[in-house]
Amino acid sequence: MDCTETQRRLHPYLDQELDRPSALAIDQHLASCPRCKGVFATQSALRSGIRRHADYHHGAPRELAQRIRARLGTEPKRRWQWPQIGHWLPMGAAAAAAAVISWTAAIQYASRPSDEMLAEQVIAGHARAMVTSHLMEVASSDQHTVKPWLSSKLDFSPPVPDLASAGFPLAGGRLDYVDKRPVATLVYRARQHVIDLFVWPEAKPGDARTQALSKQGYNVVWWKQGGMNYWAISDVNAADLRTFSEAYANAR
Amino acid sequence: MAKIHVLARAPQSRRKEADPLVSDEPSRAKRFERIFLPHLDAAYDFARWLARDDRNAEDICQEACLRAFKSLDSFQGESGRAWLLAIVRNTYYTWFTRNKPDAAAVPFDEETMIAAGEDGVDLESPLGSIDRILQERDARRRVNGALEQLSQEFREVIVLRELEDLSYKEIAEIAKVPIGTVMSRLARARKLLLQHLRHTEES
Repeated sequence: MDCTETQRRLHPYLDQELDRPSALAIDQHLASCPRCKGVFATQSALRSGIRRHADYHHGAPRELAQRIRARLGTEPKRRWQWPQIGHWLPMGAAAAAAAVISWTAAIQYASRPSDEMLAEQVIAGHARAMVTSHLMEVASSDQHTVKPWLSSKLDFSPPVPDLASAGFPLAGGRLDYVDKRPVATLVYRARQHVIDLFVWPEAKPGDARTQALSKQGYNVVWWKQGGMNYWAISDVNAADLRTFSEAYANAR
Repeated sequence: MAKIHVLARAPQSRRKEADPLVSDEPSRAKRFERIFLPHLDAAYDFARWLARDDRNAEDICQEACLRAFKSLDSFQGESGRAWLLAIVRNTYYTWFTRNKPDAAAVPFDEETMIAAGEDGVDLESPLGSIDRILQERDARRRVNGALEQLSQEFREVIVLRELEDLSYKEIAEIAKVPIGTVMSRLARARKLLLQHLRHTEES
């Protein structure tokens, strides 16, 4: 295989669309031709750059799925639907116990606060810490100090990556109270600013796309990843906070 | 208690009667939900990259899902994702022709577009520079910018390939072009992306 032929087939090779003998022939040529190898390396770098940086998989807005379901009549049953007690009666005590549990779960789910309410709690937590200078209960740039401290005080263990290389060095952590439960607050620095990241687990596992709002001079960004709620708040600009949330999400 | 249960369900059944889309086939709706709704994120993202606007992407996506539901019977059990994305694309082009008639009137000239600027990009030159560009803090903005400046014929193949990870065959079916065309459009799109990334680096 010569250079012309190799470069002609480089894209299907990169995309793993070639049959095995052709791919092997290109493997061999690339091993012996620095010129073609360079071209291939450039294309590979471009590919990983696109896959890594391009806006994608934010996911559809939650309301979109709801709207479509509503149009098609396939939306899940209403949260407040009465449990089907009559159906369970013959199943005895075990089923009754299960009914109580799912009923409780349904109430908790239904009474989950709106994002708006959570945003207010997060802003209040951040503002309180700033005005009382009670920013950190554990002040350390060492993730191996901050994480065990938080884990020892909470019933979960938040990821505590050090994001210094992304421009957000870890400063410490504290406890806050959000969504009717104690939560971990990680404190990061962004130049002269402080970013608080509130972290707590949610009963319902799964991920949710990143959302943002601006309120009372603060920017707030939140998302859900692996069943954990993440709420970042700061007075840095929205783009920087977004960069921070991405750096954290990628590092965790 | 049983009475409350009945009351709670009543509004739902009334709405079903009122909506002609739903007709009398809840199992059809269930089938749709099972096959296509898992791909709603992909559909939305693809629509977003085509329309380059969140609001329009939502409308296109919703319209596409309704279309997909109506033609559910012609779905043969191949890839649900590719099928839905093809409908998203059709819906987008309908929207595009209606809303941007001037732009839509300009035909895409495959040969000229593929051949244009064949020279001028030195693919062998500095890997270092492209690597560095992609490491920088504003890489996200640059990559998105480079993708956005591609014409939609190039953008759709690169998005389907790199972000949806679809095969040439699936892309060919979605974009309604031969596999050879998918290949040449991808090659050209990548060249334009490199060109754009390096150009923004220099300026």
